[in-house]
Amino acid sequence: MTSERNSPARKVYLDHSATTPVRAEVLSVMLPFFAQAFGNASSVHRWGREARVGVETAREKVAYLLGAEPSEIVFTSGGTEADNLALRSTARLLRSKGNHIITTTVEHHAVLHTCQILEKEGYEVTYLPVDEYGMVSVESVIEAIRPETILISVMHGQNEVGTIQPVEEIGRVAKEKGILLHTDAVQSAGKVPLKVRDLGVDLMSISSHKMYGPKGIGALYVRKGIKMAPQITGGAHERGRRAGTENVAGIVGFGEACYLAERELAEESRRLTALRDRLISGILERIPDTVLNGHPSKRLPHNVNVSIKYVEGESILLNLDRMGIGASSGSACTSGSLEPSHVLLAMGVPHEVAHGSIRMTLGRMNTVEDIDYVLEVLPPIVSRLREMSPFSAPAASETSGGGRNNVQ
Amino acid sequence: MYNEKVMDHFFNPRNVGEMENPDGVGQVGNPICGDVMRVQIRVKDNRIEDVKFKTFGCGAAIATSSMVTELVKGLTLDEAMEVSNKTVAEALGGLPPQKMHCSNLAADALHEAIKDYRSKTSVAG
Ligand SMILES: Cc1ncc(COP(=O)(O)O)c(C=O)c1O
Ligand code: FES
Repeated sequence: MTSERNSPARKVYLDHSATTPVRAEVLSVMLPFFAQAFGNASSVHRWGREARVGVETAREKVAYLLGAEPSEIVFTSGGTEADNLALRSTARLLRSKGNHIITTTVEHHAVLHTCQILEKEGYEVTYLPVDEYGMVSVESVIEAIRPETILISVMHGQNEVGTIQPVEEIGRVAKEKGILLHTDAVQSAGKVPLKVRDLGVDLMSISSHKMYGPKGIGALYVRKGIKMAPQITGGAHERGRRAGTENVAGIVGFGEACYLAERELAEESRRLTALRDRLISGILERIPDTVLNGHPSKRLPHNVNVSIKYVEGESILLNLDRMGIGASSGSACTSGSLEPSHVLLAMGVPHEVAHGSIRMTLGRMNTVEDIDYVLEVLPPIVSRLREMSPFSAPAASETSGGGRNNVQ
Repeated sequence: MYNEKVMDHFFNPRNVGEMENPDGVGQVGNPICGDVMRVQIRVKDNRIEDVKFKTFGCGAAIATSSMVTELVKGLTLDEAMEVSNKTVAEALGGLPPQKMHCSNLAADALHEAIKDYRSKTSVAG
């Protein structure tokens, strides 16, 4: 009876904020570094020198994406490690100056859980609230600053709801007060312009696998002149900022991914924004009682996050999966911890509405036809689940009139 | 993460819906994740003659709701009271560990419906 599950009419991957496929161009530049140019980049011989050239060329490409200097790029094992390094290193090195850190309630767990551990170690952390769009205000940052504040960490593009934070304005405040500013730009890199000098940030985390590079590699931008206390100690790799034999193939692939992303950024961002808005307005028009989560315009070009009332997220995901569509949800039932998304709750979204949230994040391969397929498949799934729901939707038979909410 | 049987009950749930003038109704919320199930029963000669459900919840919640209705149709009320969340999970061939709590919803809602019926009939005479 369930055999039809395996052959959907179309396959549409809409979970690019979770991870992306490695681009063919990226894979091909990586391949020689596994078995031919396999040397240890620290070795003096030809094998080592080849690997070193791969690593340093990649560093230039990452720097190109961020408008930074190559020496300001520290390779890490990913976004999580970059966030950890930024927070822990700053906390340790500036302990004599102060013990206060400012961040937000909607950060990724890589930042939030690290802050919670720092609190146990005697640091004080202010978690700034956000508005209904998931946006933090510059005023709240200013108010939270104390003489002992040593670091502000505010993410660039929010991974669940796509809201882009006012990092540039916060950068001006931080500079004026002489406080370091870190931003987790894992979701923004390759999607929106991210020049570190324009943003005025001192530290920035990015991750390769969110931008068509391989998994397990990322970088922390560290502005020239800022000291780092390595969190992984050993050899003198990465100028003493992160020990461990370099993941050469990963670094080379990451570099290429950054280069390609920067080259195609303006056009791809425009294309994704059009698809995103087609999907958002399509859902809000075709399905009654739906709400857009996140900011309508100050938003990552590839992020769609909607709450569909009276239905639960996991049951929508399973139905979408059967139709060949891969998405994610902020529902408690999908979280493993059985807590609904901390981001939606921080935005004041009621528990039961967070329960029906669906995130669809677009990418390079998605087309208008993909979006139209989702818009064709999703409404009947929702009606079927709503018929099954004890919270019956008033006038569930309505065909339009949804989206009477915060979108326009 | 779910087995074939769970997916079958999820995609083709049995006994979904509502009946007119049910003899007993049970509605419970899952305190852990906030999901809700409602069960309605029709009773004849102390047996569950018909049963319907509506559930707002995850895949496991819907599948266990469906399974519990299938299991208890035709059982006496005492037999139906014996059906536990474990019975339901086993009948489905098992649930992932983090989804075991979902099966409580189905058994509890059923038991509530039976209690509701019994309280009404005892008042009625
Ligand atoms: C905003 C944000 N920060 C950090 C990370 C972690 O990055 P990585 O998977 O490379 O460790 C992610 C990935 O989910 C993310 O979305
Ligand atoms: S009922 Fe919510 S996790 Fe299963």
